[in-house]
Amino acid sequence: MDEFIIANRRFRSRLMVGTGKFSSNEAMLEAMVASGSDIVTVALRRVDIDNPQDYMLKHIDRERYLLLPNTSGARDAEEAIRLARLARAAGCEPWIKLEVTPDPYYLLPDPIETYKAAQILIKDGFTVLPYINADPILAKHLQEIGCATVMPLGAPIGTNKGVKTRDNIAIIIEQARVPVVVDAGLGAPSHAAEAMEMGADAVLVNTALAVSPNPRLMAAAFKKGVEAGREAFLAGLGKKRKLAEASSPLTGFLREVK
Amino acid sequence: MSFFGEINHYDQKEILGQIMEKRPADVEEALHAERLSLDAFQALISPAAENYLEPMAVRAHEITKQRFGNNILMYVPIYLSNECTNGCLYCGFNACNKIGRKTLTLEEIEEDALTLNKHEFRHVLLLTGEDPDRIGNDYLVAAVKKIKHLFGSISIEVYPMDTDGYKQMVEAGVDGLTIYQETYDPVLYEKLHPFGKKRDYKWRLETPERGGEAGLRKIGIGALLGLGNFYTEAFFTGLHALYLARRYWRTQVSVSFPRIRPADGGFAPLYNVTDKQMVQGICATRLLIPDAGLVLSTRESAQFRDNLIPLGITQMSAGSCTAPGGYAHEDESTGQFSIDDDRSPEEISRIIRAKGYEAVWKDWDPAFLERAS
Repeated sequence: MDEFIIANRRFRSRLMVGTGKFSSNEAMLEAMVASGSDIVTVALRRVDIDNPQDYMLKHIDRERYLLLPNTSGARDAEEAIRLARLARAAGCEPWIKLEVTPDPYYLLPDPIETYKAAQILIKDGFTVLPYINADPILAKHLQEIGCATVMPLGAPIGTNKGVKTRDNIAIIIEQARVPVVVDAGLGAPSHAAEAMEMGADAVLVNTALAVSPNPRLMAAAFKKGVEAGREAFLAGLGKKRKLAEASSPLTGFLREVK
Repeated sequence: MSFFGEINHYDQKEILGQIMEKRPADVEEALHAERLSLDAFQALISPAAENYLEPMAVRAHEITKQRFGNNILMYVPIYLSNECTNGCLYCGFNACNKIGRKTLTLEEIEEDALTLNKHEFRHVLLLTGEDPDRIGNDYLVAAVKKIKHLFGSISIEVYPMDTDGYKQMVEAGVDGLTIYQETYDPVLYEKLHPFGKKRDYKWRLETPERGGEAGLRKIGIGALLGLGNFYTEAFFTGLHALYLARRYWRTQVSVSFPRIRPADGGFAPLYNVTDKQMVQGICATRLLIPDAGLVLSTRESAQFRDNLIPLGITQMSAGSCTAPGGYAHEDESTGQFSIDDDRSPEEISRIIRAKGYEAVWKDWDPAFLERAS
């Protein structure tokens, strides 16, 4: 059984989904179901965390999904820590997708503040899943202090450009001892498949689903992309070669004539 | 160098000349650029681009959707006071206008705030005139503290402060600042502001920078459309937004497109900004700064606002009242200007939905600003 495990917790799906940018809450819920995801991330800035009637908190079935709060909007470690603690105090599980993005334009993660926040949150008992640039050394540091995953970006958030950081993600995958989740920038199921073929443990997708004219169908397509990529990885992709090697060699007759 | 220093490098007439000289070929080139140069931006706000509004709108729509998704953030203004010592010729709060003046007590502010909270609003913009004897920083701090438990985000659109004043606001729980230059033309600015503290063009122009220094998270700017020449105002507004976004890289910059409305005092617009030019300004600004918030108020008609939604707008006000205390009690004092779109927030939310967007009421949390104790 090909299980996906984060911090001793088992998940069936290797596709995580975000909940922002959808044209309606209903469209978001439909996409969530179609994606087959087990892990759904929600920006704490978007929810009234103390209000059980808040739409997202009310409609995301927490028996079925792991509601993974994220600290989107936090500009430094202190803000991210505060948000994480608020979520826990309001009854969320102590899991946090750590996002520290001081630049509101490209929303690129701040490595220094992310590291600081992760240190404190881990000591505080949180299971921390940090969003990072595709930096293999930072990934090692975060792994060493006890992060449950690393979540390198494929391309800046919302760009749909695909796995632009491919070479560095390959190094992270090669060296990581925790699950590697490729987060941000995946715009097509083929991008998700590519990340999974490379050996990523999971991917996270939001914009590509949310801004699709048909989020439900796109979510189903991503589900297949992730599964196809994973199966290809498990089967073992053929090596790329410079010269063609025909299945019936053209010069085979030379070997036959002795 | 401050933006005042930067803008002084530009000659207003020369800039207008450059914009008027743009040709269709310049517009087409600009439309294909990955990122706009200032020269390409000039092409898109030029008269030559009026025949390219559809392709501009398509690009603006695509970029906005990619970056902001299918969401429109809802906010509402709360007018705390209409007392003012300035003489801005276009403004209903002008000190010379004989209108009913009022500054809300903290209890009255809370009444308005509670009413708006019930309408789902979680982002509010507090407004005052400029009257140092009646409205000061301490009053604003007290107002913010009184109502912050009801909202996710509190912004201010009040008199310009110094950096320490803005730091005081941030500590109280204010996360955003809106400050319009009104006109970037210094000569016209002087004529329109015959007396009062607002007469100081440089002090006002550098206000967003003081807000940025103080760590405000969101800064909104804009020119009051209908005062100066549309083309130069659009250009300098874009230039100002770019300057702020680059210099205060942790701050989200937004641009508003307020078009002058009838107000007490009977001021007639000096420049007729057409609907087409409004669209052009919005789309060109989106292409210049793909990540800027673009804000539309209830000054515009319901129909026009509805049509602008997919063109790059990210924030809208709804159900606005420009008179202090007007939410809890109607008709007690006079507004700053008359609004055009008087539909209820619920109605506007339904229309946004019909356009394929979700009205978002909360996209911020006061927890960001509460320093660890």
